[in-house]
Amino acid sequence: MAEAHPVGFQYVVEAKNRGAKVIHIDPRFTRTSALAHTYVPMRAGADIAFLGGVINYILSNEKDFREYVVAYTNASMIVSEDFRDTEDLDGLFSGYDPELNVYDQSSWQYAGQQDEGQEEGEAHTDRETASGLEQESHGPPVPADVPRDPTLRHPRCVFQILKRHYARYTPEMVERVCGVPRDKFDEVCEAWTANSGRERTTALVYSVGWTQHSVGVQYIRTGAIIQLLLGNMGRPGGGVMALRGHASIQGSTDIPTLFNLLPGYLPMPHHRQHETFRQWIDAIRNPEQQGFWANAEAYAVSLLKAYWGDAATADNDWGYGWLPRLTGDHGTYQQVLDMIDGKIKGYFLLGQNPAVGSAHGKAQRLGMANLDWLVVRDLFMIESATFWKDGPEIATGEIVPEQCRTEVFFMPAASHAEKEGTFTQTQRMLQWREKALDPPGDCRSELWFFHQLGRLVRERLAGSTLPRDQGLLNLTWADEEPTGEDVLKEINGFDVATGELLPTFTALKADGSTACGCWIYSGVYAGGVNQAARRKPGREQDWVAREWGWVWPADRRTLYNRASADPEGRPWSERKKYVWWDPEAGEWTGYDVPDFEKNKPPSYRPPDGATGVAAISGDDPFIMQGDGKGWLYAPSGLIEGPLPTHYEPAESTVRNPLYGQQANPARKVYDRPDNPTNPMANDVYPYVFTTSRLTEHHTAGGMSRQLAYLSELQPEMFVEVSPQLAAERGLENLGWAHIVTSRAAIEARVLVTDRLTPLRVDGRTVHQIWMPYHWGSAGLVTGDSANDLIGITLDPNVLIQESKVGTCDIRPGRRPVGPALLELVDGYRKRSEDHGK
Amino acid sequence: MGSNSLYGPLDPAPDAGYPDAPPRMGFFTDTSVCIGCKACEVACKEWNGVPDDGFDLLGSSYDNTGGLSANSWRHVAFIEQPAVDALAAAGTTGPQFLGMPGKDLPGRTLDAPRTDFRWLMMSNVCKHCTHAGCLDVCPTGALFRTEFGTVVVQEDICNGCGYCVPACPYGVIDRREDDGRAWKCTLCYDRIGDGLTPACAQACPTQSIQYGELDELRGRARERVERLRGQGVTEARLYGHDPEDGVGGDGAFFLLLDEPEVYGLPPDPVVSTRDLPAMWKRAGLAGLAMAAAVAVSFLGGRS
Repeated sequence: MAEAHPVGFQYVVEAKNRGAKVIHIDPRFTRTSALAHTYVPMRAGADIAFLGGVINYILSNEKDFREYVVAYTNASMIVSEDFRDTEDLDGLFSGYDPELNVYDQSSWQYAGQQDEGQEEGEAHTDRETASGLEQESHGPPVPADVPRDPTLRHPRCVFQILKRHYARYTPEMVERVCGVPRDKFDEVCEAWTANSGRERTTALVYSVGWTQHSVGVQYIRTGAIIQLLLGNMGRPGGGVMALRGHASIQGSTDIPTLFNLLPGYLPMPHHRQHETFRQWIDAIRNPEQQGFWANAEAYAVSLLKAYWGDAATADNDWGYGWLPRLTGDHGTYQQVLDMIDGKIKGYFLLGQNPAVGSAHGKAQRLGMANLDWLVVRDLFMIESATFWKDGPEIATGEIVPEQCRTEVFFMPAASHAEKEGTFTQTQRMLQWREKALDPPGDCRSELWFFHQLGRLVRERLAGSTLPRDQGLLNLTWADEEPTGEDVLKEINGFDVATGELLPTFTALKADGSTACGCWIYSGVYAGGVNQAARRKPGREQDWVAREWGWVWPADRRTLYNRASADPEGRPWSERKKYVWWDPEAGEWTGYDVPDFEKNKPPSYRPPDGATGVAAISGDDPFIMQGDGKGWLYAPSGLIEGPLPTHYEPAESTVRNPLYGQQANPARKVYDRPDNPTNPMANDVYPYVFTTSRLTEHHTAGGMSRQLAYLSELQPEMFVEVSPQLAAERGLENLGWAHIVTSRAAIEARVLVTDRLTPLRVDGRTVHQIWMPYHWGSAGLVTGDSANDLIGITLDPNVLIQESKVGTCDIRPGRRPVGPALLELVDGYRKRSEDHGK
Repeated sequence: MGSNSLYGPLDPAPDAGYPDAPPRMGFFTDTSVCIGCKACEVACKEWNGVPDDGFDLLGSSYDNTGGLSANSWRHVAFIEQPAVDALAAAGTTGPQFLGMPGKDLPGRTLDAPRTDFRWLMMSNVCKHCTHAGCLDVCPTGALFRTEFGTVVVQEDICNGCGYCVPACPYGVIDRREDDGRAWKCTLCYDRIGDGLTPACAQACPTQSIQYGELDELRGRARERVERLRGQGVTEARLYGHDPEDGVGGDGAFFLLLDEPEVYGLPPDPVVSTRDLPAMWKRAGLAGLAMAAAVAVSFLGGRS
């Protein structure tokens, strides 16, 4: 956190000064570790084994916050008798289909609801379309009426299943799998549990490298299970917080730049699953479901009204037919492979530098070199705009500048200081930014660019009667360039007849009388005031600071904060008082906006057959979940299983010590000759490597390697090795080394440091290598890209790449250049295959 | 000139001729919360228009700046200290003072065992000494004492003679190769006069660099050391805070977690002009003696 989020780290320092204990768990000793009380080194890619060990510690020592667990989680729910755990099937759950590598999820359901489960065909489609991403704002559909055992003794209740599933994640197993000594592990368990419960809460903060694994979603799930067991969700000082990789990455999923989502986590329609508007809506809201998602039709219609205005009518299903349709996997990695295969002709890159920043750099560059046209909008001439003349493939002859067919259009972009708008950070808080100065020269904002692009495209298409053009021609598109505030007003939503801005999302209607660009953001312009621009200093208001910025949904600072009170609506403790039921006033009150219906008493129980919001009990805090509960066990919504399970990374130096199943059985694999995977436990690639950022640079370097003041601070690509590995391979501090995988060989200067330490894993010594990934061929300081080493293997739920762990070899000296480089990589690959035989 | 003008405790601004000087301002750099982000280095260069210092990988942990220089007025040092028991396992024995500088870095060998690897970080800067050797030797008046008690080079007066460079007991001030003039931290003289915080302290995310009235900072630093020691950080100590030290105390002082030498700081800095009065006195005496001898020889010659 100190490395990649130094400004946020000030609060950790502040907490430490006030007596907080800081523990840092990381494969390498970083600037964060330097300030931690305890540093715990561990093997990259073994996090579920570690966290599973923590769950086992909590359950075996009865450290869970039992009252919270019984009332607010699904611990008491009874699961189908058809369910079989990884304990029974050596690392697989019941329902696995080895043909499609997905599960028939029927047996994972709650008892009596086996029909609700997805079949393998649906699960396959879900993986292709990364449908797990839809669940950022709501749980997957599940019926509310579930058999329960509040004593938690039923052998098939979630609590008992959890206990059995994690029973083998003992401290000895954690040591064996992660290389973490028992005393360090115990210290973590004791600190975490001692600081949780009625009087205290613990926040779990992670940076997004945690998600970049073939089991990335399940990493986060494991953390969430611990936080639910300890009662750390929906309470002040608790939660699971993602520190994003750039400003407004949260915003870019809320109003998405993703292929499979529309604003507010509405799914992009799939051509087969959602042929009609009604099918699409029903798939989102699931008619029998409880919770706020039941109003999905109002959110969806209002979005279509924002897109198409008067042209969207009840008769044409609000223009639903004009929305593009998914036909399969259109994720960024599939697209790159499609470019290589000549299926994609044009590409826009906006503030992104995949030639350096994305996994498998060579595939990225070869893909872009096979387009008709490429538009790059960036602050500087980055590698993704210049790869055709200075990429590593020029020397090897794989790209010949004179013959590269791609026409590259470079559009200089305005920086964040040169345009107005909002950033949305990890708390879901929107903060308005003013424009400080005009952009230089021809640099322009995104808003200008897309307004002009839309205007010109619509001019070209004017008069077209082709069905495919009608969506563009019917868009509401102002002649004049809108301001940032105009856009924010449309996002907030307005009454179509009067133009009046809406107060909040509950005002949205399904009859076409409201328009709203993103339902979860509705209220950001309530009362005609830009709420995101509020800037009352913290010292002038209470500690929740509700007059700073605006937080979705409905300005709630802490989500699910009904859980900060006990089932009767009383604060769990005076110390952790946050939102509570005021019986005299007959309403929920507190420091934050209650994340609950204001006048629904804790004693409320839904009548039989209730659906939607009315079906939420007065003691169900997790109101966006189908059953109102925090999920320890996920009966649906996850492709590779209802409980996080330790699988080895796709590339690992060891066999899975926990199960016969080596890697995530449902991971997304692109099995093709240009995307090879290093074989497991292979002596040709004997070392583990991981990558991350340096404080001094920003991601793919586009914003830092062009600046002298940052470039001089970390001027060259380097690789960090332990003194032991340096001795084993003959590496010298400041000397050169080259690192080889089955995709590439790159070179770097060597730093020999005690900050890396060999681990004992399953009776063997595991050496880990660390590299930053900031360098490329353009800029003031250049170097080889660490991401060239990485192959394309994805998490099945959200299609994120496994880019934080792999296997490699390292040797002293520089890599060869020209065709000899390809021969070196090929030679390694052949030897690794021979070794595997 | 007061009796302590060249050595000993002193409030330098009034001594330099500011009758109504504002309180002396300075830096307290608390290295126990430094995260080595180098924001101070960048903010300093941005505000002061200091050029880059070359793109050289030094292989010295994460320090690629190397030290304070004409083109780096803040410098973050990174010191990697292995666990002491690991050193013992590698056959390194404890320190034995042989009257020679050890070949290993100070702090790498300790009597008290340290079980954890440590990574120390420290943002170094000009000390703005109470008795500033650089200022004392400057023949042009380019270096001057400000009303805030800080020491600043006037770039339009400096003639590049370089006398100040060896006069600094910390090796801070340095000449720029291309123009020959001397450059160093100004404690953002062009900011503090307007009530602004110096750029480095403003940019520091963890308040490792604190700016304020020196008296107040010294009090704050004493409390911080006591608090850290109370928390078991027994090695915490202050450096450059003492008006009785060889430079009359620093305007920029530090909280360190090890011996000063570990960070590349001199353990006992002394202003090079400390002995100036004695030297002049002796030179005067010697002059008198010679004059007397000459006179005697003339007298003797007559006889």
